[in-house]
Amino acid sequence: MSFLDLKNVTKIYPNGTKAVHETSLSINEGEFMVFVGPSGCGKSTLLRMVAGLEDITEGDINLDGQLMNEVDPSERDVAMVFQNYALYPHMNVYNNLAYGLKNRGIDKETIEQKVNDAAKLLQISDFLQRKPSMLSGGQRQRVAMGRAIVRNPKIFLFDEPLSNLDAKLRIQMRLEIKKLQQKVGVTSIFVTHDQVEAMTLADRLAVINDGIIEQLGTPIEIYNNPKSLFVAGFIGSPQMNFLDANLNNKTLSAENFEIKNIDSDYNGEVTLGIRPEHLIESENGLINLNVELVEQLGSDNLVYGQIKNIKDFCYRSPGNQTIKKGDTLSLNIEENKYYIFDKSTGKRVN
Amino acid sequence: MTRLITSGFSHFILFIGIFIMIVPVWMIFASSTHSGLTINTQGLQMFLGDSFYENYLRVLLYKGGFFKEITALKMFLNSFIMATGVAILSVITSLMAAYALVYFRTKYATLLFWMIFVTILVPLELRIFPTYSVMAELNLVNSYFGLIVPISASAIATLFFRQFYKTVPDELLESAKLDGANTWRFFIDFLLPLSKTMIVAMLIFMFVFGYNQYLWPLLVTSSEQYWTVVMGLKMMSGSIVHRFAFVMMSMVPPILIIIVLQKHFIKGVFQDK
Repeated sequence: MSFLDLKNVTKIYPNGTKAVHETSLSINEGEFMVFVGPSGCGKSTLLRMVAGLEDITEGDINLDGQLMNEVDPSERDVAMVFQNYALYPHMNVYNNLAYGLKNRGIDKETIEQKVNDAAKLLQISDFLQRKPSMLSGGQRQRVAMGRAIVRNPKIFLFDEPLSNLDAKLRIQMRLEIKKLQQKVGVTSIFVTHDQVEAMTLADRLAVINDGIIEQLGTPIEIYNNPKSLFVAGFIGSPQMNFLDANLNNKTLSAENFEIKNIDSDYNGEVTLGIRPEHLIESENGLINLNVELVEQLGSDNLVYGQIKNIKDFCYRSPGNQTIKKGDTLSLNIEENKYYIFDKSTGKRVN
Repeated sequence: MTRLITSGFSHFILFIGIFIMIVPVWMIFASSTHSGLTINTQGLQMFLGDSFYENYLRVLLYKGGFFKEITALKMFLNSFIMATGVAILSVITSLMAAYALVYFRTKYATLLFWMIFVTILVPLELRIFPTYSVMAELNLVNSYFGLIVPISASAIATLFFRQFYKTVPDELLESAKLDGANTWRFFIDFLLPLSKTMIVAMLIFMFVFGYNQYLWPLLVTSSEQYWTVVMGLKMMSGSIVHRFAFVMMSMVPPILIIIVLQKHFIKGVFQDK
């Protein structure tokens, strides 16, 4: 059995809203699992059920071989980092870290030892005597993590902890969280709506939509092989391009081009998905793109344009190229780097 | 320049206000340091006289009342006990009531709160006879307990604490829970320290409320031993200078409390963090 086991977990709020639908999921010891999805998809609810902050309507949660359904959050031995950190405003940093240990009846010297170790690890030793209100956003974030680490819990839960930080700090903290988790080796669940965060942090990724796990896998698996239209659109930046098309007898016909010998027996209306980075310029390409806007990022350019009636089609070109508004580019799709989805159900068909 | 004029003008208005409030108090104080004869012949005095110690000492130690059993000193003690008791007891009950109203998963928390709140509309005077009869049957007439307990449930303080608790973010409770704090620990380790300034403010508020009580102590005590200062103001007999001195002294305890705790009081009422 795995370390954390969710079996058919369902959450229905008293007002009838179904936040999580019969979700089953296994997380291995030491694994970094990321729940990603748009806001309101139920990912936070799922996390809070693991923490015990929300009741489970149906299903079972097992942690380390123990059924958790009726166990009080204080007895679960889980630690959580909240979006707004939820530091204790009236206690200094030292006491913020020590509070959980004190409640467990650990003796003073051990507490001091543990707090100092955690503070050193997170480089917050210098402000142990300060109150949270005297710390910057990044420092608060570290204290919140320190509070989780110091107790050496069975599992870390992160509820969008980076969304209150500015962009630069967010990237830096993202890196630090990953490093820290590898160093400490504690099983972690991280909730975010930011797909870049999700991709970079996760050992495995659960893409959640409308209370259902749409796809579960390593970030690369999910990027290379999205199983549904939703996952394809959600993972990857800039977003995948979607075109309406028809699939008949292994031939795909889109607005003004055709692809033959497609590995699918599906016939009917489909959506063709192509990632901006899977396009290459070539003579006599499949797609002719009329450039309308170029975003120069330095390392590469994001070129937006029109193909016949399709607007805002995106192509990622190398940064050393000069492309201007009004140019027409001839583009080919890298071999087999396209995705075909059933238009009505959104399921992948190739 | 215009700024200087407006600021000067508003200060002028403020000074008039201060003058109107201070002068009568000053006149009573100045008059209380003269002999009774001076007041009777020359009227109220604006300047200090030389009978300060004589008058004030006599008032403090003079045995008054119908049975000549009570001194002003004893009245101050009674008032102090009563006001402190009311303050502490009402703060404790309101803290706990507010905690239950906000944090217990009671279906009817809002209804219960409003039921407590409407008691503000029912002043002590309205329920004074039933309250007295309860005290009489419990044999608590003529006791500190009888003086304090019936006026120690404060809907206003409950309202203040409830509103404050509602501003405490839920994550704090959740985080504390995950850190192993139970219901009681959350109250002691979080809500109490966080509402410290408000507790101080409420203590002052309720102290002054208890100190100012007149009708209730008048009813519930028949023994002079339990007279309070505010009752004494009415009961005191003697020369006019002695009554002036007593009035002056009766103002001291509330003012002292406010001066000492002023900083917390302002912080607590306005909660500007």
